[in-house]
Amino acid sequence: MQLTAETNSSKDPMSNQITSDGNSGTFRAIYRKLPTEFGIFLVFIGIGLFFEVLGWIFVGQSFLANQQRLIIMILQMAIIGIIAVGVTQVIIMAGIDLSGGSVLAFAGIVAASLAQTSEYTRAVFPSLTDLPVIIPVAVGIFIGVCAGFVNGSIIALSGIPPFIATLGMLVSARGLARWYTSGAQVSFFTDDFAVIGSGVWPVVIFLAVAFLFHILLRYTTYGKHTYAIGSNEEAARVSGINIKKHKMLVYMIAGGLYGLAGVVITSRALTAQSGAGIMYELDAISAVVIGGTSLFGGKGRITGTIIGVCILGVLTSGFIFLRIDLFYVNIVKGMLIIAVVVADTYRHKRETKKDE
Amino acid sequence: MANEKSKVILKTEALTKHYGGVRALQDANFILHDAEHVAIVGDNGAGKSTIIRQITGVEIPTSGKIYFDDNLVNFKTPLDAREAGIETVYQNLAIANDLDVPSNIFLGREETYFNLGPFSFLNEKKMLDKSSGVLSKTGIKIPDLKIHMGNMSGGQRQCVAISRAASFASKLIIMDEPTAALGVQETAQVENIIRNLKERGIPLIIISHNLRQVLELAEKVFVFRQGRIVGTLETAKTDGNEIVAMITGVKEGTHDNATHS
Repeated sequence: MQLTAETNSSKDPMSNQITSDGNSGTFRAIYRKLPTEFGIFLVFIGIGLFFEVLGWIFVGQSFLANQQRLIIMILQMAIIGIIAVGVTQVIIMAGIDLSGGSVLAFAGIVAASLAQTSEYTRAVFPSLTDLPVIIPVAVGIFIGVCAGFVNGSIIALSGIPPFIATLGMLVSARGLARWYTSGAQVSFFTDDFAVIGSGVWPVVIFLAVAFLFHILLRYTTYGKHTYAIGSNEEAARVSGINIKKHKMLVYMIAGGLYGLAGVVITSRALTAQSGAGIMYELDAISAVVIGGTSLFGGKGRITGTIIGVCILGVLTSGFIFLRIDLFYVNIVKGMLIIAVVVADTYRHKRETKKDE
Repeated sequence: MANEKSKVILKTEALTKHYGGVRALQDANFILHDAEHVAIVGDNGAGKSTIIRQITGVEIPTSGKIYFDDNLVNFKTPLDAREAGIETVYQNLAIANDLDVPSNIFLGREETYFNLGPFSFLNEKKMLDKSSGVLSKTGIKIPDLKIHMGNMSGGQRQCVAISRAASFASKLIIMDEPTAALGVQETAQVENIIRNLKERGIPLIIISHNLRQVLELAEKVFVFRQGRIVGTLETAKTDGNEIVAMITGVKEGTHDNATHS
């Protein structure tokens, strides 16, 4: 949305069936009828083709037509994607959540400790091995929900800015992950637990989560209130929405998704370590913002976030493919985020200026 | 009093609100009868908005009593007041610009298919249909209800807010400077809706700085100064000069309800 701010500013962020007057040029009219994500999607395609061309020139092979690379790329995106879905709803509510990566690590290592097989003699809890797979999964998600509960409570009850509250959680949850096993890795899982992250399962889980939250945000009161709080918190309050309760709910659900991401990444790596998911929260936030969700709240969709996640995934794989050092990809990502936020701020200023 | 026999809708007794050491509202005895339109005037910081915030449950009074519809009420949240039948229109803050018209009209009390708590599925069609009905009843024409409200003019947005209040308010509408941000034509449109409410017999409290508007729309004026009600005037028997004199404190007023009765 940011990338196409000029032509799309009059559109409803939640609905693409608007047909404003289409008299101002055929191209404009057609463009307005397209979903707001279309512009970002074009950027995604553009980046993919850009690496394809560079691939043939510099590496002598195709970037896209390589099954193994695509699979690695998609799997990498799936974990970030699950976090990004949680972050999307938080940012739509005009909040921010920096705790994703750390909560993922803590939830992952706790889940791992309950997913070990009895064949391994030095399990974290020797009496708690060979548990049914539902237990580590549920506990992992529950740990995330608890972290979200702490975030949400601090934000809703004390009025501390979400940036600070979740920054605290970013540090604390990482500390908890280290403390839990004194820094040791946890591995040797039951076969059932290992299935979760194997094959295409992470992608299936990501898509299921994305679909579920698309529905929740678009068609339920949960979504409506999330957009309303992000759009105008005061209006939402005097309309009788319980702001504190809703904020806590949103942060708890986001936390639950980080927990789920922790379970998936642990199962996929077949080992849990306290250093898992470092900087994932920033990748997720970047994906959300690139996908058109406004940091000012009230605007954004899951479909945009999916495309945002894909753009980040393609950028990272593209740089690896061209055998360029990964620090360059960080530089490019950083610049991309700044550009997107500048566009968002510019549009927000223009829209609020019109009001006065 | 204008109408001794008609039923009392809203009465406050010694309503007081302090913000720390600031006495924003002191011993306010306010009274409103059925089908009556009254105005609240006063300088900035006189306590006009403060009394509204106590009545509508946005804030909780420091002391004093509020009687609404013959019951002693104790609203903890805006929703309590809404459920009791009080609707409020604010100067500029009650519209979510990123939502469409039906979403705003039904914000906080959405129509749903089945109740799943916070995850209830919205009945968008019902809300859209009802919204058209609500708006046509107040005589407002908005071509496309599905565009988000940030793209509408201030007048259109305020008209939607008033229509929302008018459609849900069973007993009382309160308007806090509803035309302060509007142009001349838009103000006229809002005033027409208010006259329409008068015909329908819905009682109204309006806060306004616009004395012409007050004299035209209300029967009675409560003048606030420094957190107190310093006088009540009947608009038929007063003029702008007298009101201004009372607002600024040049003239001491009389307040019928100053004593507990």
